[in-house]
Amino acid sequence: MAKIELTRGPFIKNALKSRYPQLAVFVIMLVGYIFAILAGLTGTPVGSRNFSIVFVWIAWWAILILVAVPFFGRGWCAVCPIPLPGEWLQRGSVLAPHDKRPKWLNLRVPKIFRNIWLQNISFLLLALFSSVLLTSPNITGIVLAVMLFGAIGLSTIFERRAFCRYLCPVGGFIGLYSQTAPIELRIKDKQVCATCEGKPCYNGSQAGYGCPWDVFPGGLTRNTYCGLCMECIRTCPHDNIAINLRPFSADLAKPSTRLDEAFKAFIMLGSAMIYAGVLLGPWGVLKDAAYNVGTNAWFIYAVIFLAIIFVILPGLFTLGILQTKSILPLKRRFASLATALIPIGLMFWVAFSLSFVLTNASYILAALSDPMGLGWNLFGTANAAWQPMLTSVLAPAQTLALVGGLIWSARTAQKAANEVKVSSIPVIVYCLIATLVMLWLLL
Amino acid sequence: MKRSELLSRILIMLAIVGAVGTPLYVWSQTPLVHAQMSENGGWNPDILRVEVGKPLHLKLTSDDVMHGFAIGQMDVDAVDVEPGKVTQVTLTFDKPGIYTFYCTRWCGLNHWRMRGTIEVNGSNSEPQPASAPLYVSLNLDIDAPHDAPSVPNDQPSAIRGQGLATELPLDLSAEYYRSHSPYQAFIDLSNTSLTEAQRWDVVAYLWRSNTTKESLANGRQRYTQNCAACHGENGAGDGVFADDLKAAGDSSAQTMAGAQDMKMQTPANFSNPTRILGASPALLQGKILRGGMGTGMPMWGAIFAEEQIWDLIAYIYSFQFEYHK
Repeated sequence: MAKIELTRGPFIKNALKSRYPQLAVFVIMLVGYIFAILAGLTGTPVGSRNFSIVFVWIAWWAILILVAVPFFGRGWCAVCPIPLPGEWLQRGSVLAPHDKRPKWLNLRVPKIFRNIWLQNISFLLLALFSSVLLTSPNITGIVLAVMLFGAIGLSTIFERRAFCRYLCPVGGFIGLYSQTAPIELRIKDKQVCATCEGKPCYNGSQAGYGCPWDVFPGGLTRNTYCGLCMECIRTCPHDNIAINLRPFSADLAKPSTRLDEAFKAFIMLGSAMIYAGVLLGPWGVLKDAAYNVGTNAWFIYAVIFLAIIFVILPGLFTLGILQTKSILPLKRRFASLATALIPIGLMFWVAFSLSFVLTNASYILAALSDPMGLGWNLFGTANAAWQPMLTSVLAPAQTLALVGGLIWSARTAQKAANEVKVSSIPVIVYCLIATLVMLWLLL
Repeated sequence: MKRSELLSRILIMLAIVGAVGTPLYVWSQTPLVHAQMSENGGWNPDILRVEVGKPLHLKLTSDDVMHGFAIGQMDVDAVDVEPGKVTQVTLTFDKPGIYTFYCTRWCGLNHWRMRGTIEVNGSNSEPQPASAPLYVSLNLDIDAPHDAPSVPNDQPSAIRGQGLATELPLDLSAEYYRSHSPYQAFIDLSNTSLTEAQRWDVVAYLWRSNTTKESLANGRQRYTQNCAACHGENGAGDGVFADDLKAAGDSSAQTMAGAQDMKMQTPANFSNPTRILGASPALLQGKILRGGMGTGMPMWGAIFAEEQIWDLIAYIYSFQFEYHK
């Protein structure tokens, strides 16, 4: 399937070139985000009735993992409000053209941190406390506020969007899975970039800011680190940037060689399986251990959680790879073949999320009518009874997602195995076993 | 600065100020009464104030589990207070005084302690001094042991007792009934020619004479709602919380501020004749009114009206006596 350039149409192109449509969405998102923080801190401690829990962990999560990531890649990052206040502060303006003199420290992020290990850690930190985070509005409010102010703080110390690129706990996996999305931002003609003077897409110009994600668009081959902020569309003097519709998982044909990304794949795969067991499974002991942060049971849970992600899953994967013969170093084979885990990882999350989103979606109606928990009934739905939705299609949809993910991963494994010239069978068997475990956990 | 930049900044500032200010303003303007399990703080605020005759609008919400709300000694229906939802109640008080509001749902081990007060002030009429309850005027020590030295072998029957009582000079008055334990009444009958079993039957009749079916039904309802959680459906001291109370021991008591020295123990067993036949209605009234006795028994004086307590006492004796076929 060929690519279709969406920015060819003047409507989409102008909508992206102008700052105002995106700014309008940003401001709405920022207001919603601030409201979620305040609702979390001041509203009812009953999670299922608090706007922050219901809108962040049910509504936003559903949109993110079921729609935004699979279909729009980093589409969420394009409208995420977290970096905005920091970025406005960093630039000293909202719309005004690029100013060469830095307003703040404007340091470059140290090389040791220029990878996604910090994002792996920040995600795991949230994951280990997730049972409390997902149910306690005040903790959710605090975490949202910490992210907002953390992003502001980093913007004053480092150049560009250091928080998004290197620390955001969500950004890491969105980037990983955005490689599967049928949307991409790419240049149209390499030659144009090669001869372009000043590279305003990276360095900024009167038309806009240099890439906030610290990416040179001319070299983009994968979606992973392009935040779809659209600045390069505004700054490119040669109209050489396009948003394309493309086949799913196009980026996975060229597997990554980076260990931080490979481990991100294991973190996400393992977390989805552990969540399915802890949050949806019938094991009360597990739930208690995950919820009672700080107790001995929780420490055991945390150790097991980390062991599954960092030892058991990668260990078994390595054992599988060792069955194949190759002249390439193990590290390279490990990183490249782990690309095959991206589709099943995403589909594990889709299947898991379908379950709790459909189960809890009815809370959205009540929270809409009484977002502050003050007894309002704005839309007449404040007393809407809790009712799981679409229960009859849940299991078939989950099965479809998991089996589809397995086939998708098997195809990806074949391509990745081709790249490193080894057999794909161990990876496919690994994916099959993981899928069977997930099917057992969910169904 | 270009106009578009200035305008954008103003709009963004307005949006942020609105996003922060509006919820905080609305939140501060809507005081809620929060209900939490006693261990986590009970009612907050737990002291409310209002003027006589002026409506008190309350917005109640639960921060954890299902609670209920009712006012002691007032004829107002209890309402449920659900987690995260808001229940609105409007109360108007005719008389000044300190009223107790309390939880009506078995929310947890210390449910009984989930109470607060409403101070109703009025310049026109002063609070009327309450008359001393019977156990005070009789000078009873409600903390002292009161076991009956002997008890009947079989359950005394008021029906049999009624047949025997016709020839006897019985004092069926409320004064006598309330101030005597069944055992004392049994002793008072010792100068008759009746057998011990027959004397107990007459005592059962005497007790039944001082109550009615309605009174027993009211007592039963109140007992089921308020007492059965600890004392058990059948009065055997084996309610759903009894095991927890025993297991919790001192640790349960010590979660309550000001109750450091309290000792939890198994709730009283009303099916035990030694215990109940040795207690007069006045003594039981004292125990219910004041609570305590070195146990986890709550005080009910602020919650039950006097008649309600007499109904309850009548019902408690029905665990000992056979009143009806």
